[in-house]
Amino acid sequence: MKVHLKIWRQKNQQEKGHFETYTVDEVNEHMSFLELLDVLNERLIKEGKDPVAFSHDCREGICGSCGMVINGRPHGPDSLIATCQLHMRQFRDGDTIVVEPFRAKAFPVLKDLVVDRSALDRILQAGGYITVNTGSAPEANSIPIPKKIAEEAFSAATCIGCGACVAACKNSSAMLFVAAKVSHLALLPQGQAERTERVKKMVKAMDKEGFGACSNTGACEAECPKGISLRHIARMNREYLRATFIAE
Amino acid sequence: MSWFSEFARSSLGKKFFMAVSGLFLISFLIVHLAGNLLLFQGPAEFNEYSRFMSNSPLIRFMEILLAIGFLAHIVYAYILAYKNRQSRPHRYAVKNNSPASFASRTMPFTGSFVLIYLIVHINSFTVKHRFLERENTDFYRTVVEAFQYGWGGFYWLFYVIAMAILAIHLNHGFQSAFQTLGFHHNKYTPLIKKLGSLIALAIPAGFASIPIYFYFFAPKI
Ligand code: HEM
Ligand code: SF4
Ligand code: FES
Repeated sequence: MKVHLKIWRQKNQQEKGHFETYTVDEVNEHMSFLELLDVLNERLIKEGKDPVAFSHDCREGICGSCGMVINGRPHGPDSLIATCQLHMRQFRDGDTIVVEPFRAKAFPVLKDLVVDRSALDRILQAGGYITVNTGSAPEANSIPIPKKIAEEAFSAATCIGCGACVAACKNSSAMLFVAAKVSHLALLPQGQAERTERVKKMVKAMDKEGFGACSNTGACEAECPKGISLRHIARMNREYLRATFIAE
Repeated sequence: MSWFSEFARSSLGKKFFMAVSGLFLISFLIVHLAGNLLLFQGPAEFNEYSRFMSNSPLIRFMEILLAIGFLAHIVYAYILAYKNRQSRPHRYAVKNNSPASFASRTMPFTGSFVLIYLIVHINSFTVKHRFLERENTDFYRTVVEAFQYGWGGFYWLFYVIAMAILAIHLNHGFQSAFQTLGFHHNKYTPLIKKLGSLIALAIPAGFASIPIYFYFFAPKI
């Protein structure tokens, strides 16, 4: 099959950027979307042109680096997947596919489809950790954790930090990402020592990076490749109220 | 108090104030509607109620609370809406809103329309009743006249449209406030959403029934 790609091209952070359209013939429906870009880039390199820059690493939906907005949706039209897991069978012969970088003030475009997501790293550095002694791994069963709690914590821990929630939100809010981290650690015994300070520090860091607030639209949850639930945002809200009004 | 100013300045703190004030405003709407429905009882009952409203010290106190509630809700609404807009300077070429409801995406617009309505409403009834026509004891007549003849006969329509827009605002607002306050559980969230839709329908419909009745069904005054 054949598709037309309308791709955002931008040389660097300073340049304004524009869309450019490329036609790729010989698209195999089993190709992933990133493989389609690979094919296009090989051609551009042969023609002596600048290939389209995009981030990728694992290509199996776990590293979170391959974010881009395809036809208005972060990670493209399928749900619960990252762009690397999007296959061309989701499209039809002759389709025009619009590809843009994630758009947010906190995610400046570095080149073409590559954005700087280090704002998320700085939020994690502010409090998304627990302090433990390194060394040999502790005995796994020495701290009992009820199954329901373990599952709820794990459902938050599956966040891969891709930033699709920010890209999808009309306010470019990072609440789902921050909530996933806060919720995950607040649920587990290992997270208790820093529980109160963590949520305050992470929310402060999030606000400082210039992300918007939450309007509870649910766009993030719908586009999240890991299906992180809005439940976790409610838990973060509770954690923040607890840290402000109740905790020592 | 530095802990409090940190809370009030944070995005989560601002949302907390919006949610609390929003729920307070909803409780006001319910009480206000109950009073207004006395218009269906007749002039004597409504005028008695209106006399109580303009003389009771308790009502004066509640009015101050209400003004603070509105002010907090509106000020934080515009601060948040402005920040939210700033957070995406470069918009997408292709927009896809499918997962987010219309009501949730348009809160600043439906809210702004409610604000315009509020100003018109306070100007035509509250200001008149409290300040301009303090001797007027037949406030029933003032209200009915407004709905039957106001703005060349279109005043009632403005009310009905405003109530439809309030319904949209409340349909998202009620359930959103619970989420903001941290209440989200598979046990009761579906119920909150249903209750929110019911409230969003019932309150504005109750208010709208008054101008509709007086314009279409009641004898002309
Ligand atoms: C009778 C009047 C009103 C009632 C009962 C009401 C109720 C509510 C409620 C319950 C919420 C949910 C809070 C949350 O998201 O946590 C809300 C949100 C909101 N309200 Fe109102 N509201 C009223 C008037 C207004 C007015 C006059 C404005 C604008 C000037 C406004 C603007 C907003 C905005 C922008 C939001 C969404 C906040 C966000 O997306 O983060 N509202 N309202
Ligand atoms: S919450 Fe979901 S969309 Fe947001 S960063 Fe984590 S995995 Fe990505
Ligand atoms: S490349 Fe790692 S998630 Fe897509």
